[in-house]
Amino acid sequence: MDTNLALLLLFTPFAGFLINIFFGKKLGHSAPGWLGTAAVATSFAVTLTFFLQVLATKEPIFINLGQWLTLANFTVDFSFQLDQLSVLWLMFVTGIGTLIHMYSISYMHDDENVHKFFAYLNLFVFFMITLVMGSNLLIMFIGWEGVGLCSYLLIGFWHKNQDYNDAAKKAFIMNRIGDLGFLIGIFILGYLFHTTEYAVIKTELDNGWPFNKELLGIAMLCLFIGACGKSAQIPLYTWLPDAMAGPTPVSALIHAATMVTAGIFMITRLNFLFNLTPDVLEVIAIVGAVTSIVAAAIGLVQTDIKKVLAYSTVSQLGLMFLALGCGAYEVAVFHVITHAFFKACLFLGSGSVIHALHGEQDMRKMGGLSKVMKITFITFVLSSVAISGVPGFSGFFSKDEILISAFHHSPVLWGIASLASIMTAFYMFRLVYVTFFNDFRGTEEQKHHLHESPALITIPLVILALLATFGGIISLPGHSWLNEYLAPVMAAPAAHHELGNLEYILMGIAVLGAFIGIGIAYFKYRKKGEVPPGDAEFTGLANVLYNKFYVDEIYSAVIVKPLYMIGSFFKNVTEVAISGFVFGLGKVAVTLGGEGRKLQNGSVGFYLLVFVLGVCSIIGYIFLAK
Amino acid sequence: MLTLFYILSAITLGTAFLTILSKNPIHSAIYLVLCFFSIAGHYLMFNAQFLAMVHVIVYSGAIMILMLFTIMLMNLNKEDEKNKNLLSRLAAAGAFGLLGLIFLATFIKSQPVISKYEVSGEDYQSIKILGQVLLHDYMVPFEFASILLLVSMIGAVLLSKKEHINS
Amino acid sequence: MENILQQIGIENYLYLSTLLFCVGAFGVLFRRNAIIMFMSIEIMLNAVNLLLVAFSTYHQDPAGQVFVFFSMAVAAAEVAVGLAILVAVYRNLHGIDIDNLKNLKG
Repeated sequence: MDTNLALLLLFTPFAGFLINIFFGKKLGHSAPGWLGTAAVATSFAVTLTFFLQVLATKEPIFINLGQWLTLANFTVDFSFQLDQLSVLWLMFVTGIGTLIHMYSISYMHDDENVHKFFAYLNLFVFFMITLVMGSNLLIMFIGWEGVGLCSYLLIGFWHKNQDYNDAAKKAFIMNRIGDLGFLIGIFILGYLFHTTEYAVIKTELDNGWPFNKELLGIAMLCLFIGACGKSAQIPLYTWLPDAMAGPTPVSALIHAATMVTAGIFMITRLNFLFNLTPDVLEVIAIVGAVTSIVAAAIGLVQTDIKKVLAYSTVSQLGLMFLALGCGAYEVAVFHVITHAFFKACLFLGSGSVIHALHGEQDMRKMGGLSKVMKITFITFVLSSVAISGVPGFSGFFSKDEILISAFHHSPVLWGIASLASIMTAFYMFRLVYVTFFNDFRGTEEQKHHLHESPALITIPLVILALLATFGGIISLPGHSWLNEYLAPVMAAPAAHHELGNLEYILMGIAVLGAFIGIGIAYFKYRKKGEVPPGDAEFTGLANVLYNKFYVDEIYSAVIVKPLYMIGSFFKNVTEVAISGFVFGLGKVAVTLGGEGRKLQNGSVGFYLLVFVLGVCSIIGYIFLAK
Repeated sequence: MLTLFYILSAITLGTAFLTILSKNPIHSAIYLVLCFFSIAGHYLMFNAQFLAMVHVIVYSGAIMILMLFTIMLMNLNKEDEKNKNLLSRLAAAGAFGLLGLIFLATFIKSQPVISKYEVSGEDYQSIKILGQVLLHDYMVPFEFASILLLVSMIGAVLLSKKEHINS
Repeated sequence: MENILQQIGIENYLYLSTLLFCVGAFGVLFRRNAIIMFMSIEIMLNAVNLLLVAFSTYHQDPAGQVFVFFSMAVAAAEVAVGLAILVAVYRNLHGIDIDNLKNLKG
């Protein structure tokens, strides 16, 4: 029974992909969308039943579909594991996935390739489910690669534009670099433990399996590099802002709520291994903190609404990695969930705005939309409030837990994270005020066509905004349902911080910082009505920030150009030499043949002479040469 | 006997050489006829009378006549043939010498067992015996030879027919 | 008459036949005129016939002479066909210089 349900959960989106990709064009304009949504909704329903089951029994469910490969003492199966962590992840992946599919039915309605869009979305959900449900690192890797592929397909969905194709390639290649680290990590782990199954490794460690500590450290570092690629941490983060070239539902689903959280999922899954290498955890924490502040700084001056949200995503992911690095895995999971809610709502809201303005994404040409698009405005503001960390909303609880864990680990990292949070509050509300308040700065024609988006777009917005507002309930300080729920999966028990004076002071500082950020944004952009300057008018530090610290240019000069030089060296020198050699062999054969051809000169007398000489030699050989 | 053999051999070899070396094809043909007659003399010395007769009839009487007709048909009695170039002629002479050398060396090296020649006195080559052997043991090749002659006759006629150009 | 081989010995006939064969081969390579080449080939055939008869006497076996019959029959047939070909070639080239037959040049 469980196996059948799990197969239904796993393969319904894949079936949706197959039907849409092969028969989608024949199904018409709206049928592919409803089909895709129904597929993911089915998966969500099955996940719900599994969730209730795991909640009741507190036992993980193992499903084995058969053996994959066997070597001497190393076996890999097609096996899946439904325990508390994976079911929780599946809940929000399929849930938010369903909402975004519903949203896309209306958003992508006018596109001619709508069936392909839903096919790819379904394929992505399938691979994400594989990644989460796998019970060993190799199944996770299948899903890992698959979501990278779907990300490439979806970012470059409007493939007629070469810039979008380049962005898709950039995403895929940077992911690939991370995947190399991931693979090396898997190999080392397989070598150390003779298996890649999580449960088996945990049992081996509990029984005292001997292993090389340095090698384990290297393995976990390599796995973290893989997570950096997938979850856009320094130095592999530049693909995420460029990935905004894809349609907005793609940005919401993949680059806010699901794919980028795969790195965090992997680290949480392997928490018992990471606990054995505290140095790697230290590295993770530092990288997370630095990423969060760098991305927040860049986001301060961006003018494209999707890019602001993209840098915000990178920054929030940095905070999650900071939490992981401090050993607070449950807190990171909590922030993943709340971030999924409010970031998806923000992205979908921005999509609604872009849709109403017929493709305009520059916030300098927006303004005053609050009067026309009420539902979008309210949901957007609610999510912004959540992300800024205003008390009572979900973002406040999760961010606060992160800051407290960081403080107990290292006050310096706490300071960096707090600064990043203040910046977050500032630029989010900068976005809100410039986009929705004051007067409309676009063209008259656009102003004419401004309208609220249809129901299929606003319903997911409302649901997500509600979740963003009230979602903090699952882990309140003092009594956290989430920590209790996840306890069987964690190796070390959750650090239980008594709510003492220190914690209250830290909470107060965080809230104060949020309000300071919101206040500065209010004064600058609402009261004074300032608008961000044009591209050429940025000066000094603002210019550096606007150009993303010139990181892309540095990568291009330091990494890409030398690679091209090596490539052209091989093309112009090595290939010429090798083909010259091969062609030379051909020329030698032709020349030899040309010389041999002269034997056939057609002269009968010559043939007869050779005839006689041949007879002489035969007789000589037979009779004389013995 | 030996002197007769030497004379006949001299005639044979001499006329053979002259056949090759003479410029006028008619002269070559005449020399070849003389060569054939000398070989018929050799056959007579072996007491193979029937063979000598047949040799003269077939070779001198038929084949050489045919060749002479062909020479006259092509009007080759003029001496207008250019020689082959020097290199080819030297190569031909070299091949001649080499071939001779190889053959003689083979014969000398293989040292055929030439035992004392015994005469049994039996008649083995009179025409009666030859006829019996030919038509009794070698009947099948005999019939095939007749077919061969038929085929060559038809072939010769077909090959030398003048082709009529279609108008 | 007395048996010839007791007086002359078969080696002499061997040498004679070999020499005659080589003369024939020399003739084939030396001349350009196709008719002379044919005659040289006839010389070669005759050398072989001579040797066959000599050995037939040596073994006192009539089979050698029977073989000479067949050899002569084949030679006759070959001359007939060869001369027919030669006539056809003459019609095309108006000469029988074999150095002009170079169409098979590679």
